[in-house]
Amino acid sequence: MAYSDKVLDHYENPRNVGKMDVDKKNVGTGMVGAPACGDVMRLQIQVDDDGVIEDAKFKTYGCGSAIASSSLLTEWVKGKRLDEAEEIKNSQIAEELSLPPVKIHCSVLAEDAIKAAVADLRQKQGD
Amino acid sequence: MNKPIYFDYLATTPTDPRVVEKMTTCLSMEGNFGNPASRSHVFGWKAEEAVENARRQVANLINADSREIVWTSGATESDNLAIKGAAYFYKGKGRHILTSSIEHKAVLDSCRQLEREGYEVTYLEPTSEGLITCESVANSLRDDTILVSIMHANNEIGTVNDIAGIGEITRAAGVIFHVDAAQSAAKVPIDMDKMKVDLLSLSAHKMYGPKGIGALYVRRKPRVRLEAQMHGGGHERGMRSGTLATHQIVGMGEAAAIGMEEMESERDRVMALRERLWLGVKDLEAVQINGDLHQRLPGALNISFSFVEGESLIMSLKDLAISSGSACTSASLEPSYVLRALGLSDELAHSSLRFSIGRFTTKEDVDLAVEQLVHSVEKLRDLSPLWDMYKDGIDLDSVQWAAH
Repeated sequence: MAYSDKVLDHYENPRNVGKMDVDKKNVGTGMVGAPACGDVMRLQIQVDDDGVIEDAKFKTYGCGSAIASSSLLTEWVKGKRLDEAEEIKNSQIAEELSLPPVKIHCSVLAEDAIKAAVADLRQKQGD
Repeated sequence: MNKPIYFDYLATTPTDPRVVEKMTTCLSMEGNFGNPASRSHVFGWKAEEAVENARRQVANLINADSREIVWTSGATESDNLAIKGAAYFYKGKGRHILTSSIEHKAVLDSCRQLEREGYEVTYLEPTSEGLITCESVANSLRDDTILVSIMHANNEIGTVNDIAGIGEITRAAGVIFHVDAAQSAAKVPIDMDKMKVDLLSLSAHKMYGPKGIGALYVRRKPRVRLEAQMHGGGHERGMRSGTLATHQIVGMGEAAAIGMEEMESERDRVMALRERLWLGVKDLEAVQINGDLHQRLPGALNISFSFVEGESLIMSLKDLAISSGSACTSASLEPSYVLRALGLSDELAHSSLRFSIGRFTTKEDVDLAVEQLVHSVEKLRDLSPLWDMYKDGIDLDSVQWAAH
């Protein structure tokens, strides 16, 4: 299978790989997917006092497209407010990375991951 | 060193240069291009002589009589001819077939077709070591069983079944025994004089011959009958019509002769390389070999690297031509049915790679593979949330996953 240059770039040089403290009040964690399905994404976001995402980290078990989708997502969410981050659609990710049809589910997973991270953060902050 | 390095000898092998040389003498006006079935001139006679010589070479490889070799287009056709041909011919005796869940698709899909036609098929499960035991065959035979089809060596994990043992059981029961030996021929000894096998499928391109040619061994004593699947000029004693492809056949014959001559020395060399590869990666944490360690093809190694997904691992090993134990790279995202039959979890099946080593693999190739493998597995584990959890002592089976 031929991967697009952007997928290869994110795969070779993944951005924002890492782990944040799950217990911190201003950190939201979204973990989606299942090992049995071949992909698991963990996306974490940290917000500042104004509710703007100041940092994002990910770790992904999955194919190159899943790794690239989550890496791209961490770049995109930084600097966004939560409601803006929630607006990110899988189709935008798929388009940016030129994902083939069999890999669309990787972008869906990324969208699910940011939604889950935002929901986790909102719950923590009592919204 | 040419890159990528080929580590997929179970998928196919390059044609040995000695084989290519023989094949090229059977094509042009100056060469042996005649139709082996032409009886009226020397072109036909010469071609027939070459075909019959190749037939002896293939028969020798499995210690059979050359009259027991039927040329086909490959192991898929041989499997189809053996299974459907025997099932149709012996349907008066019964309609039950016994096979295993880890057979090649050519066997499984032939059986599925027969099921649609009213036959009953039992699919035996392998042990967790990937072997089909004699006991499981014996326990599943029925009065109306007409055919047992069990592979010699598995194409994904390389385990080698006790064909001689199973043959004793089927012969005693008076049941036809078919063996798909596409992966094992010229790698491990096959002796039709000692093994009570009735039908045996062979493929040239898995043993350094050309693609597009194979053979089916059909036992003469006791005689095994088949209903032809390809009708035409009555070639191959009516079992498989079609003009014989002299150059392909000569290639398969030469490949068989070389394979027989060099089997032992090649086995030792290839096995040492396989061991070298395993020694290089086994100290990585949470890795395992799939399938029995001893009953195994010399060059086959299927390894699970826990917490690393197979497709991304292949992507990162771009200098190595390997295949994923899982079928992830195809449109289907299902993990390998063979690894699942061994009892591997889907997660582990997704994390498996098949390395196969062969005639042209060198020590340097293996050393480079080890270096890149270790590097890639470590890199991908750094990226893996599952590895984090494993390191934190979390039991992944206890986690409620949001399956999608």
